Amino acid sequence: MPYRVVWAAFLAPALALAQSIPSTTETRLNNLEAAVKSAQSAGDNAWMLVSAALVLMMTGPGLALFYGGLVRRKNVLSTMMHSFVLMAVVSVLWAIAGYSLAFGEGLPFIGDLRFLFLNNVGGAPNPDYAATIPQQTYMIYQLMFAIITPALISGAFAERMKFSAMLLFSVLWLFIVYIPLAHMIWGKGGLLNAFSGGRIPCFDFAGGTVVHISSGVSALVCALYLGKRIGYRSEPMKPHNLVLSVVGACLLWVGWFGFNAGSALAASPLATSAFVATHFATAAAALGWLFVEWIHNGKPSVLGGISGAVAGLVAITPASGFVKPFPAMLIGFLAGVVCFFMVTAVKGKFGYDDTLDAFGVHGAGGTVGAILTGVFATMSVNDGLKDSFGKTRPLGLIDGQPGQVLNQAIGVAISWGLAIVGTLVILKICDILVGVRVSPEQELDGLDVSMHGEEGYNLET
Amino acid sequence: MKKIEAIIQPHKLEDVKEALKGIGIDGMTISEVRGHGRQKGHKEVYRGMEYQVDLLPKVKIEMVVADDRSSEVIQTVVQSARTGKIGDGKVFVYDVAEAIRIRNDDRGEGAL
Repeated sequence: MPYRVVWAAFLAPALALAQSIPSTTETRLNNLEAAVKSAQSAGDNAWMLVSAALVLMMTGPGLALFYGGLVRRKNVLSTMMHSFVLMAVVSVLWAIAGYSLAFGEGLPFIGDLRFLFLNNVGGAPNPDYAATIPQQTYMIYQLMFAIITPALISGAFAERMKFSAMLLFSVLWLFIVYIPLAHMIWGKGGLLNAFSGGRIPCFDFAGGTVVHISSGVSALVCALYLGKRIGYRSEPMKPHNLVLSVVGACLLWVGWFGFNAGSALAASPLATSAFVATHFATAAAALGWLFVEWIHNGKPSVLGGISGAVAGLVAITPASGFVKPFPAMLIGFLAGVVCFFMVTAVKGKFGYDDTLDAFGVHGAGGTVGAILTGVFATMSVNDGLKDSFGKTRPLGLIDGQPGQVLNQAIGVAISWGLAIVGTLVILKICDILVGVRVSPEQELDGLDVSMHGEEGYNLET
Repeated sequence: MKKIEAIIQPHKLEDVKEALKGIGIDGMTISEVRGHGRQKGHKEVYRGMEYQVDLLPKVKIEMVVADDRSSEVIQTVVQSARTGKIGDGKVFVYDVAEAIRIRNDDRGEGAL
C-alpha cells in the first residue's frame, strides 16, 4: 500500500507530463503554421494591393497623359476623359456582375453569377486563383485590368467619337469582348486556361491576348468604322504636348511592374522574375524603335523612344512570367522594331486613321509577344504547370515543346476573331442607338468644347 | 512721327532692347509671331507623319518715335539684330497720323 502511494505520487505528474508534451507541441506547431501562413498572406497581400494601385495608375494618370499629349490641343480633355471615366464606369460594372462573369466557374467561354454583387467575395482566399490573398484583393486587382483595356482602345477613336457613344461602346465591349476573353484565358475552366485544364492551353501571364490583342485589334476596327478625322493627312495634326506624353509613358513603365510582376499573385520569386523580364524588355524595345528610326529618318525622336518602350511593355506582358531576362530583351527589341514599321510603313500604306496607334502598338506588339511566349517560355522560370504525375511540365519551344507555338497562335486567332466580330457588332449597335461620330462642326471645334463644354488650357485667365 | 516695326530673331531680342535703351528708347511693344521670308523651315516627323514647318518663331517689336529720331533708331535695330544669316528679319517704317496718351489726352509727339 505505501508502495502504491509512492508510485502513484511519482506516476501521476509523470503521466500528466507525458500526455501534455504531445499536445503542447501540437498546439505550438499549429500556432507556428498559422503564423507562417498569416505572414505569407500579409506579404503577398501587401504586394498585391500595391500592384492593384500601380495598375490603376497606368490608366490615370499614365494613359491619360500619354494619349492626352498626343492629340491636338482642342481635344486634350476629351481624350483624358476617355481614360478617366472608365476608372469610374468599369469599377461599378465590375462589382455588379463583371467579376462574376469573368471569374466565376461557369462555361469554357463565360463565367457564372456566383459572385454577383460581390457575393462571397471577401477576406477569405479563393484557392482557384490565389490561395494566399483575400479574394477581395484578387477581385480589385483584376478590376484594374478591366479598366485599362477599353481605355487603350480610345487611342483609335480619339478626336472624333461622341462621348455618349464612347460610354455605350465601352460598356458593351467590356461584357461582350473583355470578360469572355478574360474568362477563357484566366477563369477557372476557361477554354484556353493552361493552368486550369483548358482544352487549348495558352500562356498569357498578364494579358497579351486578353488586354493588348483584344484592345489593339478592336482599335483597328474602330478606326476603320469611324473613318478618318477631317483633314487627316492634309492638315497638320501634331501632338500638342509631348511633355505630357513622356510623363505618361514613364508612369506606364512604372505601373507595368504591378501589371506583370503582380500577375504572379504573390510576392514570390516568380514576381521578381516577371519584374526583371518586364524591365529589360522595355529597355530593349525603346532602343529598338530609336535605332531603326535613327537609321530610317536620320533622327531619333523622343516620341519614338517612348512609343518603343510602350511596345516593349505590351510584348513582354504575356511572356513576363515565363521567360528569362535575355529572351525578354529579344522580345522587347523585336517588338520595338515591328511596331515602328506598323505605325509608319503599314499605317502609311493602308491609310487608316488609328489616331494614337492603339493597333500599331497594342495589336501588333501583343501579337508578337503572344507568339514569342510560345517560343521562349521555360519551366526553369515558371514551374507552375504539372503533368498528371505532379512533375513540372516543359513549356515552350526552347523546352522542346514546339506545339506550344501553335497553341499560342490559336489563342491569338481567337482573340483577333472575338475582337473583330464583337467590336463590329457593338459599333453597329452604338451607331443605331446614339450615332458614333460627332458632327463635322463639333469635330472642328474640338471635342473639349463640343462634348464637355470646357477647355484644357485657359492661358489668359 | 514714325512707327518702326521690326521682325527679328527671338534670340536677338535682348541685344536689341539693350541697344535701344543705350540711345534712350525704352517704350516698345513686343509680340511673339510666326512667319518666314526667304528662310527655309525644317522637317518634323511624328511616328512617320512628316510635317514641313516653314512658319518659324519670330519676335515683332513695334515702337513709335519722333521723326528726327527715326533714322537713329532704325540704325540701332538693324545693327543689333544682325547675325548676317538668312532669317534675320526685316524692319518696316510707317508714318503715324496721331498719338494720344490715354491717361491725360496728350497729343502728338508729346504723347510718346
